[in-house]
Amino acid sequence: MNAAPDAAPETRTSRRDVLRGLAAVAALGCAGGAARRASAARHVWQIDPDRCVQCGRCATHCVMTPSAVKCVHAYSVCGYCDLCGGYHRPSTVNPDSSAENQLCPMDAIRRTFVEDPYYEYRIVEALCIGCGRCVKGCAAFGNGSLYLQVRHDRCVNCNQCTIAAACPAGAFVRLPAEQPYVIREVRPDAERRPAAAEGAE
Amino acid sequence: MTRARRIASAAVAVAALAVLTAAAGPAQRFPQPEFESGYRMPTMQTPPARSSLWQALDVALLAGALGLGAWLALRRRSRRGVSLLVLFSIAYFGFWRRGCVCSVGSLQNVAAALADPGFPISWMVIAFFALPLLAALFWGRAFCGGVCPLGAIQDIVVLRPVRVPRGLQRALEFVPALLLGLVVLLAAGGADFWLCRLDPFVPIYRLHGDATMLTAGGVLLLLGVFVARPYCRFLCPYGALLGWAAALSRRRVTITPSECIQCRLCENACPFGQIREPTPVRPPEPRERGMLRLALALFALPLLVAAAALAGRGAGPWFARAHRTVRLAERIAAEERNPAARRTLDSEAFRSMGRSNEELYAEAADRVRFFRAGGGWFGGYVGLLFGGNLVALSVRRRRTDYEPDRLGCLSCGRCFLSCPKERERLKRRPAADPAKPSP
Repeated sequence: MNAAPDAAPETRTSRRDVLRGLAAVAALGCAGGAARRASAARHVWQIDPDRCVQCGRCATHCVMTPSAVKCVHAYSVCGYCDLCGGYHRPSTVNPDSSAENQLCPMDAIRRTFVEDPYYEYRIVEALCIGCGRCVKGCAAFGNGSLYLQVRHDRCVNCNQCTIAAACPAGAFVRLPAEQPYVIREVRPDAERRPAAAEGAE
Repeated sequence: MTRARRIASAAVAVAALAVLTAAAGPAQRFPQPEFESGYRMPTMQTPPARSSLWQALDVALLAGALGLGAWLALRRRSRRGVSLLVLFSIAYFGFWRRGCVCSVGSLQNVAAALADPGFPISWMVIAFFALPLLAALFWGRAFCGGVCPLGAIQDIVVLRPVRVPRGLQRALEFVPALLLGLVVLLAAGGADFWLCRLDPFVPIYRLHGDATMLTAGGVLLLLGVFVARPYCRFLCPYGALLGWAAALSRRRVTITPSECIQCRLCENACPFGQIREPTPVRPPEPRERGMLRLALALFALPLLVAAAALAGRGAGPWFARAHRTVRLAERIAAEERNPAARRTLDSEAFRSMGRSNEELYAEAADRVRFFRAGGGWFGGYVGLLFGGNLVALSVRRRRTDYEPDRLGCLSCGRCFLSCPKERERLKRRPAADPAKPSP
């Protein structure tokens, strides 16, 4: 059996042909099995803000430095409060823009006066490191208009996102590249606050 | 003090006292103001992801490069051509495309998609998985030779290759196949894309990354100066798949363009130690002993498979610990038993999500079940690998010429010029060229 005396080259070739055919079928079967639900679009990583617990690992576990995860601001959800849970430290007494009151370690949130008593908060993405401290504050004390998102101009879209592997809440999802963001919007029936509520004191 | 400020202050005071738990979704505690100053609300910037069109171009270039690599190695027999293809792959698939998704990593996506119906996968990923395999079935490992960016970056540093002792090389060549099983098991179980997280060369292509992985990449490249392509030969699990495909290939690289004259000049031409010398004419042992050995190996094969499958099944819970949910469930259970235990970030996060422990335990138990079965398959696969190799070692094969190894040849073309027949062919060729248009 092991000697295989002078097996004609043609028969050896034909056996190999059969095996190759089988292997091709196996490879295509594998690919086909996976392809049953395949989509044309590629997939990109994103954070489901409803599951995010603002643990801070987005800032430390991304392969990019600074992280490709940044805080984003859904302005339509924001209450424009002058004392902002995302901007001010919980210990803040006099809500102004002084450094000792600011929660952000990177000075990445710009606060501008709109009209009494409302302030606009803007994220300076170049400074944001995605630590999520403002997000935690906004979720705890505010409307949740600040939340973390993977920014796709910075993300290199690793096949296995290193943050996703470390995320304690399993908040990372794969979204189709055509709709790569989770956009928070205010409910259409939500009430609105009148300007200068109850008049100035 | 305005009302908004009062509300906010109160909220801060209350919540600062309470344990900080994450809010579930936007609560809209403070309704949106109606602005009177004509303030226009900015919109959130959403920079688009890299277009899927690019990915289509990637697939087209991959297919083109595979065809070109095979043509250069098999028909044109040009090491210089393959070198240029290597440079192209480093530039395009490496530095421009920056790695993901690569064919090596895509095998995990395919495994995950086969195991989990909910796993999203795109056509591009499937193409990246299947094209190099199909190419290997017909033309050998053209992908390894010049297309794979991970191989390409190692190929340009092969400067002072040393010969790895044959026994050591054979032992180390088991590692890719073992890793293949492990990587598929972990990806199918939804635990981790281990291969991608530990990819040592992608951080180099990105010029950016984790210090450990950058160091690992640097060390591997440094090692690669002496031990040619260490990742491809002794680690890459996709290479194991490609090797099996190449073993069945219709055409493959030959050292000589015409016939082998047994001059032994090519013996040291392969930096990867993949040139096999002719077998001695006289068998090294009597035929009966060979038959006995083969019979023993064939007898041992099913026993090995069964034993390894049992062992793998037993190791299932251990494999399962690679899964986040299983680790978390263990942690929560430990904290339930010992309330004084320090809570970890992960257990803290789980508690803040408001799911019940039982739900988590059930989910973890399901994963453990999966990994028990998967571990059995993995064990059986390992047993088959070893047993199959024992059988293969017991079968005497005849080789009359110097040939590249069917599995291990990386189609790089380094051996061509060592063959005097090839030099003869090249000398003849310029004379033959002017005559070319006539027929």
